[in-house]
Amino acid sequence: MSALAAAGGKELIAIDHLSKTYLARTGAVTALDDIDFSVGEGQFVAIVGPSGCGKSTLLKILAGLIPASQGEARLSGTPIAGPRRDIGVVFQSPVLFPWRTVLSNALLPVDVQRLGRVQLNAAAMDLLALVGLKGFEQRYPWELSGGMQQRVAMVRALIHNPAILLMDEPFGALDAMTREQMNVELQRIWLERRKTVLFITHSIAEAVFLADRVLVMTPRPGRIMDDVLVELPRPRNLEIMNTPAFGEYVQRIRVRFQATGGLDA
Amino acid sequence: MIRLPRFLLRLVLVLTVLVLWQGAVHLFAVPAFILPAPSTIGLALWRGFASGLYLDHLHVTVAETLLGFVFGSILALVLGTVIALSRRVEYFLYPFVVMFQSMPKVALAPLIIVWFGLGLTSKVAQAAVTAFFPLMVNTIAGLRSADEDRVALMRSLDASELQILTMLRVPSAMPFIMAGFEIAMVLSLIGAIVAEFVGAQKGLGVLIMSMTFTMDVAGQFSVLLILSLLGLLLNGIIVLVRKRLLFWDASQKLHADVPAEGGKL
Repeated sequence: MSALAAAGGKELIAIDHLSKTYLARTGAVTALDDIDFSVGEGQFVAIVGPSGCGKSTLLKILAGLIPASQGEARLSGTPIAGPRRDIGVVFQSPVLFPWRTVLSNALLPVDVQRLGRVQLNAAAMDLLALVGLKGFEQRYPWELSGGMQQRVAMVRALIHNPAILLMDEPFGALDAMTREQMNVELQRIWLERRKTVLFITHSIAEAVFLADRVLVMTPRPGRIMDDVLVELPRPRNLEIMNTPAFGEYVQRIRVRFQATGGLDA
Repeated sequence: MIRLPRFLLRLVLVLTVLVLWQGAVHLFAVPAFILPAPSTIGLALWRGFASGLYLDHLHVTVAETLLGFVFGSILALVLGTVIALSRRVEYFLYPFVVMFQSMPKVALAPLIIVWFGLGLTSKVAQAAVTAFFPLMVNTIAGLRSADEDRVALMRSLDASELQILTMLRVPSAMPFIMAGFEIAMVLSLIGAIVAEFVGAQKGLGVLIMSMTFTMDVAGQFSVLLILSLLGLLLNGIIVLVRKRLLFWDASQKLHADVPAEGGKL
């Protein structure tokens, strides 16, 4: 049974023998080598790999920020040729605008894409409440903690109702406690909104906890060496991390890394 | 030791200096055309205002300074924006910029009088030319200071270059531009006074020159006092606007308690 079929949905992201080569001073560097996978609608897919395995490069290609060298990536059947409005991106840092209030930051895509603040103001208020930021709408980003700022970034990625949410180590800069809490909340939001999510991380535990499916990447050149279907029941709580089933998934992925020379985290 | 509030200590120090100055002038019988006593200067100030003479000249200088500031700022903002946005324009304008940068702008005053005559226009032109350069440099630096992650975010949202400019680059540039305005205001006043020295019918610079011919040193001191207060007032207006506009700028808060006096030429 293929992982895609297991999700039961139709194919939303298709990555077709995609490669990316950079020209560095020392010569050509292959960041991504023949990446080939697809993601079904509504699936939560985590990509786990050590630093420098090109996972952020992959996300930038999907976000339309940089072109691929070979192969192509398709979203809902159409090739990605540049930035698209049916994608929401959450970066490692919140990347908020300090001169905008929390609400106004959340509405940035609405302003850029001229979707109409009047229509989407209520949606933004709902989403902010969903991530636990009710009452903070008129605050400024610098009045918020790091975790709260990243929640604003999540709302901003969801406000224009994109088909796909791309997340590039969104909790990497947070402390361990906040990070676990954010994982639980992200799952809750995902269960409620059922977006297709591509989540990049270098934490195996985070990947297994969140995802339906974990793609394991090798470093230099970035290749996908394993595709693990995580069949743990939802909603998952933090205690699940102590169960043998969870441990087995983590162990399986860790063994793959050890075989290729270790993982930094 | 008695702990006086700092502002009181400051006031006491100023008064002490004035008293010592007054005493020294009387004690050593310093001629009034070398160094007049503070009381004499005060008297000259009062007479000047009572006769309406000072106000008559003051409003001319204020008008020249403000008009010069406005025109200089418009030129600086427009040119700065064009250069910041186009490396090609920068490349071709660079020789002119370098030549203009290294030239003392006040040295243009005689030429500007020849070109624009003895009236208001030449003073405004001189003030504008003197003021515009630092603001232009700050505008360029500011518009290029936008955080790369924020630019990537805007691009991922499919923002146009114009939107990136108005919604990101311009707000990011505001701390630089406000600092540029502060310098431009001071330089406008300098430009106006220098142009008045070179050739004018009215203005505080003209007043100082005519007082030199009549050896009215106390009068000169009183006009210098007015100029200093005028500079403070104009600077204060900019600082007020800056604090209002840049409430979000963290670096602003750091030196918000420290008045922007000193360091300004």
